Amino acid sequence: MSMTMAEKILAKASSKNNVEAGEIVMANIDVAMMHDLTGPLAIESFNKIGTEKVWDKDKIIIPFDHQVPADSLTSANNHILMRNFVKNQNITNFYDMYKGVCHQILPELGHVVPGEVIVGADSHTCTHGAFGAFSTGIGSTDMAMVLSTGKLWFKVPETIKFNIEGKLKENVYSKDVILKIIGDTGVDGATYKSCEFSGPIIEDMSISDRMVLSNMAVEMGGKTGLIEPDNKTIDYIKKHSKKKYNIYKTDEDASSLEIRNVNVNELEPQVACPNNVDNVKPASELDVEIDQVFLGSCTNGRISDLRVAAKILKGKKVAKNTRMLIYPASRETYSKALDEGLIKIFVDANALIMNPSCGPCLGGHTGLIGPEEVSLSTSNRNFKGRQGSPEGKVYLSSPATAAASAIEGRITKPE
Amino acid sequence: MKTIRGISMKGKVWKFGDDIDTDIILPGRYLIYTDEETLSNHCMEGLDSDFKGKINDGDFIVAGKNFGCGSSREHAPIAIKGCGIGAVIAESFARIFYRNATNIGIPLLEAPGISEVLEEGEIIDIDMEKGIIISENGQIYEFKKLPPFMLEILKSNGLIEYLKKQN
Repeated sequence: MSMTMAEKILAKASSKNNVEAGEIVMANIDVAMMHDLTGPLAIESFNKIGTEKVWDKDKIIIPFDHQVPADSLTSANNHILMRNFVKNQNITNFYDMYKGVCHQILPELGHVVPGEVIVGADSHTCTHGAFGAFSTGIGSTDMAMVLSTGKLWFKVPETIKFNIEGKLKENVYSKDVILKIIGDTGVDGATYKSCEFSGPIIEDMSISDRMVLSNMAVEMGGKTGLIEPDNKTIDYIKKHSKKKYNIYKTDEDASSLEIRNVNVNELEPQVACPNNVDNVKPASELDVEIDQVFLGSCTNGRISDLRVAAKILKGKKVAKNTRMLIYPASRETYSKALDEGLIKIFVDANALIMNPSCGPCLGGHTGLIGPEEVSLSTSNRNFKGRQGSPEGKVYLSSPATAAASAIEGRITKPE
Repeated sequence: MKTIRGISMKGKVWKFGDDIDTDIILPGRYLIYTDEETLSNHCMEGLDSDFKGKINDGDFIVAGKNFGCGSSREHAPIAIKGCGIGAVIAESFARIFYRNATNIGIPLLEAPGISEVLEEGEIIDIDMEKGIIISENGQIYEFKKLPPFMLEILKSNGLIEYLKKQN
């Protein structure tokens, strides 16, 4: 029977030969991730269930990345609660606040391989679809069920495959591609669906660029954002992980598959305007002054993103009335940026270098914006109040557009 | 009065638009809290700073498409529950929010076209088994009926209590 990648992975995870879109399956979970903001609720629910020991201490990953370092006694207490859980349950893979953003460090530290079912108590868990894993965000009660049993029910999703053709112009990046796709699809255009990204352009893209596409699948409602593994994927996996993996590919004649062609030949740098991610316009059409630029997050805080920004900022200064905050996505990213001299470029440009963490993206820790302030951000959400005041405004762009705009103090197309 | 999220419910309509995201329902700066009381005090804060104060137990949120889009934070449905909301009725729901709300015992009723026909402030009746909403002037609207196991989860006030009963 012809199946999509999502169907094949969920069939294997539920010990079946075939599954069809719409069917409910009980899947075995390979990796379960919860962080310092969603973990406390999941642990409360786990305690209510009353199971004494977690299902598998080696398959649960706990990074601290949202409120790090603790900015209040409440955060400090949450951290203590989670460290105690780690100790009591003998959790193998605990990464205290020095490692970085969860969706970046999971693949870096070898926890993500193709063909697995990965769940995370964070909606951007779909990022790991870039490695051909069925990876999706869940809430805290679902996470408690997983901690307790190692299983979770799923409705097998239909698939929308975005076949991306053409060649990107200079200064146009995978972030511009995904913003364009979300703008065309709408914020609920892929709800409950498995998104897939394919086409010659994907083959050309680095792993980092692919992660940007998968990361934002949820911004159009997608359950996951899959990319078929190729040699680049295998090289990355072999370098980072010792786990066994399985490669699945979508059969072109699978009945639950819809293919949409996207041509990017004429694509210009894109910006998502407040307050929805599908409110997308070309950067060149906007005339917007900015108070803050945020470079970082699980979408665009990787070393390749910092390199792009450093190239633009080298020898320049951030505009006088604008501030720029840079959050390397992980300690590894930070370390490389130091080795390559990028941090020096940022410091000389008057940018603030922050610790690897989610930063202003969730609007709960550092770098909040006040009423009437405007943020240009390389992250993934621009909802009302997302980065602080509900009267603030958040625009989203690529790191290149963010860096060029920081210099000008207004949204600017990178040249 | 404790909210009765039962088979038949009656309450006032509080209307919202399309794409009400989880940052609107419960802003990120409150995710460090886990208790229902604190979370509910900040529910819908970005749109209405006194939302909780206006709600009587058993009232309903009526919204457009894609309610609950965004984050996986279960804090969002917990905040809604803590306000005393009996059910959320919307044109459509985002996926993770749908699971989370059901898991903690809040009925989510999908009724295409509903936000155009119900008025803010009107008192409506809901019959979960028949899958109908009766407006204040007696009009009957259908919603997608929930499967029996989901009704049982809601009657048990959430998945965990439901599973405990099963065992």
